[in-house]
Amino acid sequence: MLYRTAGQFKTSYQADQALFPVRQDAILLGIILAFAWVIFPLTASEFTFQTLLIPILIYSLAAMGLNILTGYAGQLSLGTAAFMGVGAYACYKMVTIMPWMNPVVAILLSGVFSAGIGVAFGIPSLRIKGFYLAIATLAAQFFLVWLFEKWAWLYNYNASGAIQVPNLKMFGVYVAGPQADSMVQYFVVLAIVTLMTMLCINLTRGNLGRTWKATRDMDIAAELIGINLMKSKLTAFAVSSYIVGVAGALFVFMWRGAAEPNLFDIPLSFRVLFIAIIGGLGSILGNYLGAILIVGLPVVLNTLPAAFGIPVSSSMVEHLNIMIVGALIIFFLIIEPHGLAQLWRLIREKLIIWPFPH
Amino acid sequence: MKDTEGYVTADGRQIGGTLMEMRNITLKFGGVTAIEDISFDIHEGEIRAIIGPNGAGKSSMLNIISGFYTPSEGEVWYKGEKRPPMKPYQVARLGIARTFQNIALFEGMTVLDNVMTGRLTHMTAGIAAQALWWGRARDEEIANREVVEKVIDFLEIQNIRKTPVGRLPYGLKKRVELARALAAEPSLLLLDEPMAGMNVEEKEDMSRFILDVNDEFGTTIALIEHDMGVVMDISDRVVVMDYGKKIGDGTPDAVRSNQDVIDAYLGVAH
Repeated sequence: MLYRTAGQFKTSYQADQALFPVRQDAILLGIILAFAWVIFPLTASEFTFQTLLIPILIYSLAAMGLNILTGYAGQLSLGTAAFMGVGAYACYKMVTIMPWMNPVVAILLSGVFSAGIGVAFGIPSLRIKGFYLAIATLAAQFFLVWLFEKWAWLYNYNASGAIQVPNLKMFGVYVAGPQADSMVQYFVVLAIVTLMTMLCINLTRGNLGRTWKATRDMDIAAELIGINLMKSKLTAFAVSSYIVGVAGALFVFMWRGAAEPNLFDIPLSFRVLFIAIIGGLGSILGNYLGAILIVGLPVVLNTLPAAFGIPVSSSMVEHLNIMIVGALIIFFLIIEPHGLAQLWRLIREKLIIWPFPH
Repeated sequence: MKDTEGYVTADGRQIGGTLMEMRNITLKFGGVTAIEDISFDIHEGEIRAIIGPNGAGKSSMLNIISGFYTPSEGEVWYKGEKRPPMKPYQVARLGIARTFQNIALFEGMTVLDNVMTGRLTHMTAGIAAQALWWGRARDEEIANREVVEKVIDFLEIQNIRKTPVGRLPYGLKKRVELARALAAEPSLLLLDEPMAGMNVEEKEDMSRFILDVNDEFGTTIALIEHDMGVVMDISDRVVVMDYGKKIGDGTPDAVRSNQDVIDAYLGVAH
């Protein structure tokens, strides 16, 4: 009943192509945005910001970047973490070379570097597909992490080999570094993630999105209807790596505060890939759902037994977490390959016609 | 160009000059010769059929026209100019659209999106405009949607507009594929066995659509088809191939009475 679309007529193609042709979707999004922008900041504690809100947003963004490449353009990548690392190191170099630089501008520019590297490592995709491409991106993963470790210029010749985020001010407020306030960082992350999401939705529903999806679904037919496959794949690599790079910069500058090269090792790539798969490949919403699950699950496992007075050791929680995430991935691959986003889609379809079966 | 005059068909339609000309095309895969020294032309506004038994090289010929194969020898002339070797996507941008023998739709997308991909070559907005859904990007989406909706109306697939293609039955998929090719507003439309695997009603529908497309939009159509009855009914001129060679070329009536063609189809006493 609540989701009834009857009576919402469209009289122009512009109205039919609106972002939310169904009114209830727009209302739902409005509620979510109100929570994100007003209610969470007013109520959340330091712990919630640091363990849930900020990481969920950053992981969602990273997964969205990967989803553009894998879910929309159909090019499997295992090098996400390395491209995040490129964004983080690029941002670090920019703010240390040009300390007067606006940190948000630096974060948004750092994506440009990872986009460049992403395109370079995307070139093999013109000749190879599927698993073989995954192996090629794996090469990027190992090479770039090795580079982060060996190229001392990248971490300003620190003895520790790690990068430390300096205190950075924007409009007189600390936004990054040890002195920054969690709520400020949350707003910066939220603003960037909201903006990126909007751009991604538009890209994926427009001409470029159709080009990518056509490349994914049947590349030969795509080429014969006039798609330049090289351009299509490389723009996917560029856009994807840009977003992933920005996510990487946020990851270090707005959340971790410091990073060693091995932070960008393959487990992080897999974590982002799991988020994209569990959330739903080829969906924007799915990245959020997947990130909420993957980031939220350990927190819930940590706090829930304690709330009931059941003593569970932290190593037990870690093992449980790994087991549950592993089981979920297998479950989704078998039952619902399109992930949580598809579940929501089915629920929504049912809601629209509820209480009737058809 | 050999012929700029055109001709008048049996039912009185005026056919234009030469649109495309294949000159002495030979195609070899290693030691196998798929097509040997074939020449024919396609006139503007006509329905041109290529027929022949299995393995005659019909599909290879279509693949040469659409740029998927490069002929080993011979020249392709299009709109009065010799066409250099091209990638398929470049050929598509010249205004040559095609459908496939085994349906090649984008299964993960809706019918509307599939047909919209046919307009790709007509859309030029940059990535920034698209990301913001503003200016030229938005105007193009709407303008091209109007063209697409006309095609959707024309092929009577309005009610499945927003259905994912994967859920459609075979006959409808064929029609969606035709819609995608038509949406490009091609100068030359290539149909690779448009009626393969269809029952009689579906074949009649498809024949009607092909004739209507030709009639209303004046689109030049080149088609490959196995069903001889259909081919003889709808096409203006027919090329007959056998074992990679051309054995007949002319109006359906002329081809029907050609002794080589009869031999190829019915067999010949040895």
